[in-house]
Amino acid sequence: MTDMLLEVEDLVIGMRRAGRPDAVIVDDVSFSVAAHERFGIVGESGSGKSLTLRAVAGLLPKGVEVLSGRIAYAGKSLTGMPPQERRRLMGPEIAMIFQEPMTALNPVIRVGEQIAEGPRRHLGLSKKAANTVAIEMMARTGIPDPERRARAYPHELSGGLRQRIMIAMAVSCNPRLLLCDEPTTALDVTVQHQVLKVLEGLCADTGTALIFVTHDLAVVNQTCTDMAVMYSGHIVESGTVADVLGDARHPYTQGLLGSAPDFDRPERRLVPIPGFPPSLTSRPAGCPFAPRCALAVDDCSKAMPTTELVAPGHTAACIMTAGVLA
Amino acid sequence: MTGRAQNPPFTGPVLRVADITKRYHLQGPLTAKISRKGEKNNILRALDGVNIELRRGEILALVGESGSGKSTLAKILVGGIPATSGAVRYHGVQMPKRRGREASRRIQMVFQDPYSSLNPRISVGAMLRELLLLHRIVPRGEVRAESIRLLNLVGLEADALDAFPSQFSGGQRQRLAIARALAVRPDILIADEPVSALDVSVQATILDLFARLQLELGLSILFIAHNLAVVQHLSQRVAVMYLGRIVEVADTAELFSNPRHPYTRALIDSIPRMTAGSVNEAFVLEGEPPSPFNIPLGCRFNPRCPFAGDACRIEDPALVVVGSVTGASPHESACLRASDLDELSLARTPNPAVAGTVRSVIK
Repeated sequence: MTDMLLEVEDLVIGMRRAGRPDAVIVDDVSFSVAAHERFGIVGESGSGKSLTLRAVAGLLPKGVEVLSGRIAYAGKSLTGMPPQERRRLMGPEIAMIFQEPMTALNPVIRVGEQIAEGPRRHLGLSKKAANTVAIEMMARTGIPDPERRARAYPHELSGGLRQRIMIAMAVSCNPRLLLCDEPTTALDVTVQHQVLKVLEGLCADTGTALIFVTHDLAVVNQTCTDMAVMYSGHIVESGTVADVLGDARHPYTQGLLGSAPDFDRPERRLVPIPGFPPSLTSRPAGCPFAPRCALAVDDCSKAMPTTELVAPGHTAACIMTAGVLA
Repeated sequence: MTGRAQNPPFTGPVLRVADITKRYHLQGPLTAKISRKGEKNNILRALDGVNIELRRGEILALVGESGSGKSTLAKILVGGIPATSGAVRYHGVQMPKRRGREASRRIQMVFQDPYSSLNPRISVGAMLRELLLLHRIVPRGEVRAESIRLLNLVGLEADALDAFPSQFSGGQRQRLAIARALAVRPDILIADEPVSALDVSVQATILDLFARLQLELGLSILFIAHNLAVVQHLSQRVAVMYLGRIVEVADTAELFSNPRHPYTRALIDSIPRMTAGSVNEAFVLEGEPPSPFNIPLGCRFNPRCPFAGDACRIEDPALVVVGSVTGASPHESACLRASDLDELSLARTPNPAVAGTVRSVIK
C-alpha cells in the first residue's frame, strides 16, 4: 500500500479484433499521481494521451478497451470493479473536464440544474440545497452574477463561461482527482489564462489532484508539478516539470522543445522533427520514435527501450540517452 | 516567376485596406430569439472600420480573440464576401466588387483545416491541373512539369500527383493547400490560422515553409493566428484586432517589447510561458469581449480596460502614430492613453463596468 491517489501499471489499451491480433493503441503505460499533485500528460494527436485519461475515467469509446494492466484509485482496482460501483466514484472521487464544453453540456437543461445534479445524486442534497451549492461553485469558478447565469442554457453562454460551468460541475462534489482533457485548447489566450487560474486556485484551495492532458508544453509548464511525455502510445519520459522541460533526456522531448516557438526566446531557430508520427497500423518495431530520431542506431529498432531512471524521479525510455545513471 | 515581372513598378503597399466595414443584419424569429433577447439592435458589426496595409514581401500577422473579425477580413480580402463599405486597393487600384479571373488570381488563401479544405475525391494532380489550365498559367503540355515544380516548392515529391488527400498527414495536406494557392502565382497569400490544426513538431516545418516562400518568391503574406509565440517567430509586423477594428500595429519586436494598447498588453501577459517565473500576474484581463451587436460607446475596449478613464467612455479613439518613429514602420495605437501607459500603475483597480460587459454575453 502506498500513499498514491492513482496508480496506473502496465496499462495496455486497444481494440480486440476477431481472428487477428489485438490493435494496441496505448502500450505499457505506468504512472502514479499523489494527492495534491498536478500531473501533465503531453503528446501529439494520436499519442494515446486522451485514451489513457479516458481509461482512468472509465469512458473509453465503444470497441476500445483496457486489454491488460491495472488502474488503482486509492488502493482499489478500478479495472476489476463492477460498473455500478465505479460509477459511484465518478463525481465525489474522480471528475472529468472535457475539451469541448458545448458538446459535453446538455443543451436543453439549464446549467445550474446540470451542476446541481451531482450534489443531489452523490451527496443526497435536496433540490434547493444542491442549487445553492451550484451557485456557490459557479461563483468559485469566477462566473459573475451566478444566480442569473444558473438559469441560462449552455448556448446562451460564451466559450469561457461554458468551460467554467464544466469546471463548476466537475468540482461540485469535491472530487479528490480531477481529470482534464485539453480544457483550454478551444479557448482564446486571455480566456485560457483565466480558466487556468481558476483551476490552479481550486486545486490549491481543496487539495484536489489534477491530471492535465494537453499538447501545449507551456501550459503544462504553468499548470503542473509533474509530467509525462507520450509518443505513439508509450510514455517516453517522465519526471517533475522542471526536470523534463529543463533537462529533457528523450530525443522526442528534446525535439518537441526545439520545434515549439518560445515567446521568451524569439531569436531561437525552430528545429522541426523530421517525418511524422507513425500511424496506429504501421508502428515500427522497437522504439516508435527511431525513424524520426537523429540519434537512432540499429539497436533502436530491435526492441522497445526499457524505461530507465536518469536522475532521481526522472525516467526516460531511450537506449542512447537514458542509460547514463544505470 | 513570369507573372510577377509584368507588374507595373509600384512602390506603395501591395494591399491597402481602407475603412472596411462588414455588417450583418440578423432577422427572423429564431436568430432574434437566440442572440438578441431583450436587445433591439439586430445589426452585427463584424468589421467596424478596418484600415491596414500589407507591404511587398512582408509577413504581417493579424492577431485577436475569436469573434474579433480576423476571418471576416480574410474573406473580404480574397473576394469571398463583399464588404459593406470601404475599399480594398491592390497596387493602388481598387479591387472590383465582383472579381474576374485575373483579379482573383492575385490574392490566394490557405485555410485553417487541411482536412476539410481539400476535396477528398480529386487527386492532387487533377486539383493542380484544373487551376493551371483555368488560369492559363502554363501551356497544356507543361502542366505536369509545373505541377511537379509546385509540389517540390512546398517540399513534396512528384509521386504525390496521383495520390488523394486522404493519403497524406495533416502537415502534408497543409503543404498541398499551399501548393494549390501558389499554383496561380499570386502576389499575396492570406493564411487563416494555417498551423493551429497541426501538431507542434509539424507546425515548425510549415512555419519554415512560409518563411522560405516569402524569401524566395517575394510573397506578401497576411498571417492570421492566435498563437503569439508563432506570430513573434514568423512575422515582421503585427496588427492586433479587437471587436472589428485594428487597435495596434507595429514592427513585431517593437509591439511585443513596448505594447501601446492595454489589450495588446493583456494578450501578451496571457501567453503561457516556457520560462519559469516569467508570467506576469499583474495584468489579467477580466471578462470576455462584448457582443459585436452592441459595441461599447467610446473606446471599444473600455469596459475591460483597467486604465479606462472618463474620456475613454466617450471618445472612440482612432489608430494614430504613437511614440517616436523608429525605422520604416510607425507604431500605431488606438488608445487615448497610449503615451502614458508606461507610467500607469499595473495595480488593479476593479473596473465597475466589467461585470456589465460580461452580462451582454447572455441576454
